[in-house]
Parts: sequence; C-alpha cells; structure tokens
Amino acid sequence: MRREPLLNGVLALALLAVPLAAWALDEPFVITLATKVAILALAGAGLNIALGYGGLVSLGHAAFFGIGGYAMAVLAAPVQNFDLLMSWPFEVPGTKSMPLIWLAAMSAGALAALVIGALSLRTAGVYFIMITLAFGQMLYYFAISWPAYGGEDGISIYVRNGFAGLNTLDPIQFFALAYGLLMAVLALTHMMVRARFGLALAGARQNPGRLAALGIRPFSLHLSAFVISGAITALAGALYADLNRFVSPSMLSWQTSGEIMVFVILGGVGRLFGPVAGAALFILLEHWLGGVSDYWKLFLGLILLGIVLFARGGLIGTLAGREDAHD
Amino acid sequence: MTRPAPVLETRDLHLSFGALKATDGVSLRLLPGEIHALIGPNGAGKSTLIGLIAGTLRPDAGQVLLNGRDVTGADVVRRARAGLARTFQVSSVAAELSVLQNVMLAVQGARGGSFRFVRPVLADAALRAAAMGDIDRVGLTGRHRVVAGDLAHGERRRLELAMALALAPRAFVLDEPMAGMGPDGAREMTALLDDLRHRAPILLVEHDMDAVFALADRISVLVSGRIIASGTVAQIRADPEVRRAYLGEEILE
Repeated sequence: MRREPLLNGVLALALLAVPLAAWALDEPFVITLATKVAILALAGAGLNIALGYGGLVSLGHAAFFGIGGYAMAVLAAPVQNFDLLMSWPFEVPGTKSMPLIWLAAMSAGALAALVIGALSLRTAGVYFIMITLAFGQMLYYFAISWPAYGGEDGISIYVRNGFAGLNTLDPIQFFALAYGLLMAVLALTHMMVRARFGLALAGARQNPGRLAALGIRPFSLHLSAFVISGAITALAGALYADLNRFVSPSMLSWQTSGEIMVFVILGGVGRLFGPVAGAALFILLEHWLGGVSDYWKLFLGLILLGIVLFARGGLIGTLAGREDAHD
Repeated sequence: MTRPAPVLETRDLHLSFGALKATDGVSLRLLPGEIHALIGPNGAGKSTLIGLIAGTLRPDAGQVLLNGRDVTGADVVRRARAGLARTFQVSSVAAELSVLQNVMLAVQGARGGSFRFVRPVLADAALRAAAMGDIDRVGLTGRHRVVAGDLAHGERRRLELAMALALAPRAFVLDEPMAGMGPDGAREMTALLDDLRHRAPILLVEHDMDAVFALADRISVLVSGRIIASGTVAQIRADPEVRRAYLGEEILE
C-alpha cells in the first residue's frame, strides 16, 4: 500500500485550506502563519535535497537563507532610497519585481553553494558539518559588520515587493505566491529524485565507493545537489524577507541553520513532504506552546528527542511507514 | 607464436606501508578469454594488489595498464570508465535501493548520463531491459523488486556480479566471489563465472581451491607481497615451493 502520496496530498490540501478558511473568516494573522509555514517549508525543501537525498549534513544552510534575504534587500533598498544599485561603470537601478529578486536570490545562493560545496565536500561526516557551520558563521559576521545594510540592526524594506497582476500586500495573495513556489519546487524535486540524477544521487549517498567503481563520480553529484539545495533555500530566504519586510543578520545565524534542519528531521529526512510537515508542526508548537510557556523550546526539544529516538522517519515516516520499495 | 596483448597488466608494482612491503614487485598479465586466479595465504597482499589495480591505492613504483594504456595516474572512476569492473570482498551495494535499481545504476555508469533530471529512470526501457538481462544471467530472476539490504548473503554476491556484468567491462577483477557461500552456492557461482569469461577475462582472487582449480586457466601465487609462482593449474599443483608456502597436502590429492 502506498500511503505516502495520499498523506502528501492531505498535507498539500490542508496547507491550502487553512488560509482559505481564515480568509473567509477574515483572520489575516492565520494566513500570515500559513505563509510562514510555506516559506520555511521551502527552506527545508532546499536543505532536504542536500541532507535527505544527498546525505550531506549541512549546518550552514542559514548562509543561503540569509543570502536570499540580503539579495532582496540589496535590490529593493535602492528603490526606496531613490538611489541606484550601481552607478559605475554603468548605471543599474534596483528593482521591486519579485521574479527578478527571486532569480537574483537563487543565482547568489547557487553561486555561494558552489564555492562552499566545492571546498566543504572535500571532507565528510563531522568535518563536513563543522566546515559548513564555519562558512555560515563567516557570512553572519560579515553581515553584522556591513553598515550599508544596517549591520547588526538589519534593514527594513517598507513596501512589499511586487508581482505583476497581484496585490502582494494582501495576505492571501502573497500566500498564494509562496504556496505556488513551494508546490512547484516539490514537484520538480519529485521529478529529479526519480530521474537518473536521483538514482545516482541515492547511490552516492548510500555507497559512494561502489558508485565510483561503477564509473560515476560521487563528488559531482554531491556538489550538484548542494548547489540546487542552496538555490532553493535562498529563494525561501528572499520570500521570508518579503514576508517580514525586514532583513537582519539573524537570518544567517547558526540557530537558523539548526531550525531549518529541525523542520526536515521533524517531518522526515529524505521524504518529499517532510519539510512541510516539519515546518507546520514547528510553527504550530511555537504558536501554541509559546502562548502557554516562555520555555516552549524545552517542549520542542523533548518532541524532537522523541522523534529522533523512536520515529526515525519523522512525522511522514511514522504515518506512512517505510518508503515504498519502488519497482 | 605471438602472444596476445594483455587486457590488464601490472608492471613491477611496489607499495609499502611503513616497513611492511605489502606489494613487492608484482608483475601480472590478464590475457583475453582467460580466468587468471590469484591465490595466497591471508596477509599475502591480495587486497592491496586489488586496491592498486582498481585505483583505490596508488603504488610507490610500477605501472598498471588497461588495454595497453597506462592508467597508473587514473582514479577509480576513470579506471571503471576505461572498462575495469570489480566486485568487493564484502558485498558492496546500495542497501536501500532495489536489485533492479542497483543494476540500473551500473548500466547508467557504463553508458553515462547521470545528469538527467526529467525522465523517470525506471521508465527508461533501454536501461531497464539491459539491467533485467543481467539480473536473469546471475540467477536473480524474479527478485528485482527486493531491496538490496533484504537479500540473503548469496543473493547479494550475485547482485555484486550482476552490477559488474552491467558495466560491460573489458576486464573483471573479482575479490572472493565465493566468500561465505555454502557448497551449493559455490558450485552455482563457479558455473556462473565459467560462463562470464566469454564476456571478458577475469582476475579472480579466491580462497575456495575447488573453484580455483575448476576455473583457472592460470594461477599466480602471492606470498608476502611477491608472486612466487605463476603457471597452469598442473604446474602450480606440482610446484614444491607453492606446496611449502601455501597449499596443504590434502588439497593436492
């Protein structure tokens, strides 16, 4: 029996139905929460390609999340300051166009992942975790000491960026954008995982030595997965910055890396909808337990401990069982 | 009579780990159509030699040639692409993938094109047919849907072989394919390898002497990193030095 596709469908519908109901009942705060879930799930979906499908435990994905956020600020800030993005050697204006910002965020994320990945993938295991963490912290301290974009205080972008034909300041319309991007990325991920690349990547994760003996270079596969992963997490960062209309170095902090990893582990590592389930659970716990106790993260920690100890496949694994054995 | 050009050749390979000479001047030739067995006691340096041939180890001196081309500087991936298929002493497969996926991965390795992101690989008829053929050939018919980690030991040895076959190699290097198999399994594996030599010559490292004597065209005996004797089955059986160094009398009856 294949329960996982069914469960994925339920999750996709629930994430759509809740904000629609909130819209009908005029509860914009709930729509904003759902938007936050969709965007954080997207960040997790990016990490899941490296961590889940590639087996690369990156504790530096906040770097890509933050790069996406700062890409948004760098492009949008000149517009609100009536300035130019670049005046020499030729004049380049900033932009408030979301598609352009997304493209820039993804390109910057991919480029950063290419550099960080090419250096980090020379190591493995705990060294890989440490070196990705180190790169993340380097960017964090760089952002703190970057006065042009507010340094430690970050920078506000007062008007949300635009998307042709939509009013992005309307919560439900902005949600639709985030949700659409999340679903598109998950669909493309699904396709990629089932294609030749996905099979080879699974081989590289499970047995790199054997893969090399079959004439396929694990490094190339890992690096490609890392670049795709960084680009997606950067896209999520740009959206997150637009949701808050604010960017600060905290997006780049190692706590952010940890949280993105928690979404993936809570939901199910290497499961397509794992990050969606994980991000939703995280935001719900933050909202509910946060209202009950200031120490809600203690309870989150206990839940995380329980899942790691007793439910290896996370929420999806617990509800849908072992991954289908394929053909 | 001109001797056929060797498919795989090592020339005076040397590798030391500290004071230990693990490989000490090994020259070996694998000729077209033959099964060349490499035998020797534990610690003789067989695994080191396989590592040097496959590219996981680099020699201090000497050369490895594949089809007359010097591959000493090439890594594992390049040697595999040049037509070297190896199996591992301890079964080495992708444990979470099915038998079919493992073999398809090997076909994919041989044919290239791992950077394709769109078409589902399991719907790739050509890749699939090639993999199914190799699965049948090693006697795993009907087991293609099973996850490799769930296979019995003997079946995993066969899967190893199917993956090597799927590479359509110029030469096989098989590291103890009979290891851990019962007498029946070893007999079936012997028949399988006998058939395999028509695809490509085999360098066979094996402890099972029944299998070696049944299969080998030539045998080389490795002791303390050196080849002390090399010849036909009859020559090796009769060689007094081999008897002394390695073979028990009862095996030679």
